[in-house]
Amino acid sequence: MEQHTHGAGVPLQIRSERLRSANPKDFPAVTIRDEQWRYLPVERLEGLDSEVQKFAGSLVGFPVQDSGNIVPGSISLPEDLVAANVFALNDTKFIKLVSADAPELLEIKASGTKQGLQFFISNEKFGKNTLVLNHTGSGSLAELIEIEVADESDLTLISIQNLEDDSVITSSQFARLGRNSKFKHIVVSIGGKTIRVVPAVSFAGTGAEVEMLGAYFANGDQHIEHRPFVDHNMANCTSNVAYKGALQGAKAHTVWVGDVLIRQAAEGTKTYELNRNLLLTDGARADSVPNLEIETGQIEGAGHASASGRFDDEQLFYLQARGIPEIEAKRLVVKGFLNDVISQIGLPDLQEELNGIIEAKLEGKQK
Amino acid sequence: MAILEIKNLHVSVETEAGSKEILRGVDLTIRSGETHAIMGPNGSGKSTLAYSIAGHPKYEVTEGEILLDGENVLEMSPDERARAGLFLAMQYPVEIPGISVSNFLRTAKTAIDGEAPALRPWIKEVKEAMTNLRMDAAFSERNVNEGFSGGEKKRHEILQLELLKPAFAVLDETDSGLDVDALKIVSEGVNRAQEANNLGVLLITHYTRILKYIKPDFVHVFVAGKVAEEGGPELADRLEAEGYDRYLS
Ligand SMILES: Nc1ncnc2c1ncn2[C@@H]1O[C@H](COP(=O)(O)OP(=O)(O)OP(=O)(O)O)[C@@H](O)[C@H]1O
Ligand SMILES: [Mg+2]
Repeated sequence: MEQHTHGAGVPLQIRSERLRSANPKDFPAVTIRDEQWRYLPVERLEGLDSEVQKFAGSLVGFPVQDSGNIVPGSISLPEDLVAANVFALNDTKFIKLVSADAPELLEIKASGTKQGLQFFISNEKFGKNTLVLNHTGSGSLAELIEIEVADESDLTLISIQNLEDDSVITSSQFARLGRNSKFKHIVVSIGGKTIRVVPAVSFAGTGAEVEMLGAYFANGDQHIEHRPFVDHNMANCTSNVAYKGALQGAKAHTVWVGDVLIRQAAEGTKTYELNRNLLLTDGARADSVPNLEIETGQIEGAGHASASGRFDDEQLFYLQARGIPEIEAKRLVVKGFLNDVISQIGLPDLQEELNGIIEAKLEGKQK
Repeated sequence: MAILEIKNLHVSVETEAGSKEILRGVDLTIRSGETHAIMGPNGSGKSTLAYSIAGHPKYEVTEGEILLDGENVLEMSPDERARAGLFLAMQYPVEIPGISVSNFLRTAKTAIDGEAPALRPWIKEVKEAMTNLRMDAAFSERNVNEGFSGGEKKRHEILQLELLKPAFAVLDETDSGLDVDALKIVSEGVNRAQEANNLGVLLITHYTRILKYIKPDFVHVFVAGKVAEEGGPELADRLEAEGYDRYLS
C-alpha cells in the first residue's frame, strides 16, 4: 500500500503571492513543475488549458440570469490558466439567492468537449439558503464560480461532481464572506475520469465562519483533486476544513492540498483542517498536503491533521464481532465515512443516489 | 445443547517493552443455558479473556485451546466466530460514523443468518426489542454508538444480543455505568435472550447487584490471568464482603 502523508511544510509558492489575472496570456503553460499542477498530468485536462467554448450543455432547475448588478472578477480573478480561459469567454450566469426554506437544486449537465462555464452567486444580506450544484453528463468542462456571501447571511453551497466516467471537470470556486456571515461549502466528487476542484474563501468583514467539507471516492483510473484555500485576512473569523476520501484500485489517485493563510490582520482566528483517506486496495495513491502559514501570533488556535491508509482496527473488529466479514466491514466503514458528509446535503433522494453509486463502486462495479 | 470449552489458555499482547503474558492458563467450560459470573480485580485479564474468545487481533494466543462444540475457535476470524454463535457485549462499544443503527443491525443479521431477514417481520422484531429495552425509536436512525451515553451503549449491545441470537454471550461489564432502572431493564434483556435461545452466558462484573437479576450458576474468581477459585452464587457474596485480598499474595 502506497501512502503519502506530508507534515506541514513550507509551500513551494506562498499562496498569497499567487498570480491572479483575467488574461489567459498572463499564465504560463500548465506543467507538473508548477506547484498548482504538480500532481495532474496535463493530458488529463484534454485541452481545457488551450481554450474553451461557451457551455453547450444544459442547466436544469434553479433559474439563472444572464445579467446582474455584480461585476465578474470582483470576488477574485482567475488563479490559473484554465479558469482564465473561462473568464475570457465573458459570459457569466448570475444566481441570486434571497431566502428559501428548502434546498435549491441546479443540475449542470455537461455535453461536448472544451466547454467553459462561469457563475456569479450572490447570497443576499440576512438570506439563509442552500444551493446544490449537481454536475452530471459527459465531456470536458472548466468552471469558474464566484460566491458573494453578504453580511449576516448564511449560505450552504454543495458542489457534486458526478459525471460519466470518461469526463473531465475543473472548478474554481471563490467565495467572499461578509461580516458575521456563515458559509458551509460541501464537495462530493465521485464521477469523472479527472476531477479538480479548487474552493477558496476570503473575508470582507470580521466574525464570519466557514466550514468546508469534502467527500470523494476514486476507483479505476480516476484522478480526484481538491485544493481548498482559506485566506484569513480579517480578524475573529473561524474556519474548519475536513475532507474525507476513499480509494480503490491500483491506479486510483487522489490529491488534497489544503492551504490556510493567517495574515497579520487576522487576530483571533480559529482554524482547523483535516484530511483523511482510506485505502481499500494496494497501489492506490493518496497525496495529502496541509499547509498552514501564520503571519500573526495573536490567534486563538490553528491546527491540522492528515492521515492516509489505515482503517480503525477497533471499528473493524466491532463489525466483525457481529458476523460481518472483513471486506464487507471495510466497505461499511467507507460508506459511513463518506455518508457522514453526504448526509449533510439535505436532499434525501440525491443522498440516496450518491450512496448507491458509492456502494456500486465498492462492490467493484465501475460507475 | 452446545458447549464452549476454554483449556489452558495463555494470551499475550505486544507492548513497547516486548510481548507481555496476560492470561496464564485459563480453564473454563460453559454449557447452553448456564450462567457463569467472572469477578476479579482491575487488570486481572477479564477483558483480555473476553476479547480472546471473540478473536481481537491484538491478543495472541500462545498456548491452549478454545473449542465450540469441539470445533477449534482459534482458527476462526472474528466474523466466523460470530457466525458460529459467539457474541461479545463490549466494555467500551465503538462509534461508527455515518452508519445508522438500523442499517448496521440489518447488515449484521444478514451476515449471521446467511440471508437477509424478511423486511416486515424484521422491522417489527427490532421495534419490539427496542421497546423492551426502553430505547427510543429515534435510536435506529442515529449512527452506531455515536454520541450514545454510557448506558445507551450498553442497551444497544443487549439489543444486538437479543436480535442476533447467539449460542454463547460474553458480557464484559455490561452493568458498569447503568443506573438502577437501566440495570434491571438490561438484565431482563439478557434473561429473555437466555430463555429464548438457551443462551450460555459468561458475565464479567465487579458488582453483585447485577447478580440479583441475572442468577449465576457458577462464580469464578479471576486473579492474575487465571481462575483462582470457583464456586456457586455464595462465592460472589463472600467476595463482596471480603474483597480479593486473600487471593493476592
Ligand atoms: N497493549 C497493552 N500493553 C500493555 N499492557 C496491556 C495492553 N493491553 C492490556 N494490557 C494489560 O493487561 C492487563 C489486563 O487487562 P484487562 O483489560 O484484560 O483487565 P480487566 O481484568 O478487564 O480489568 P478491568 O476490571 O479494569 O476492566 C492490564 O494490566 C492491562 O494494562
Ligand atoms: Mg475489563
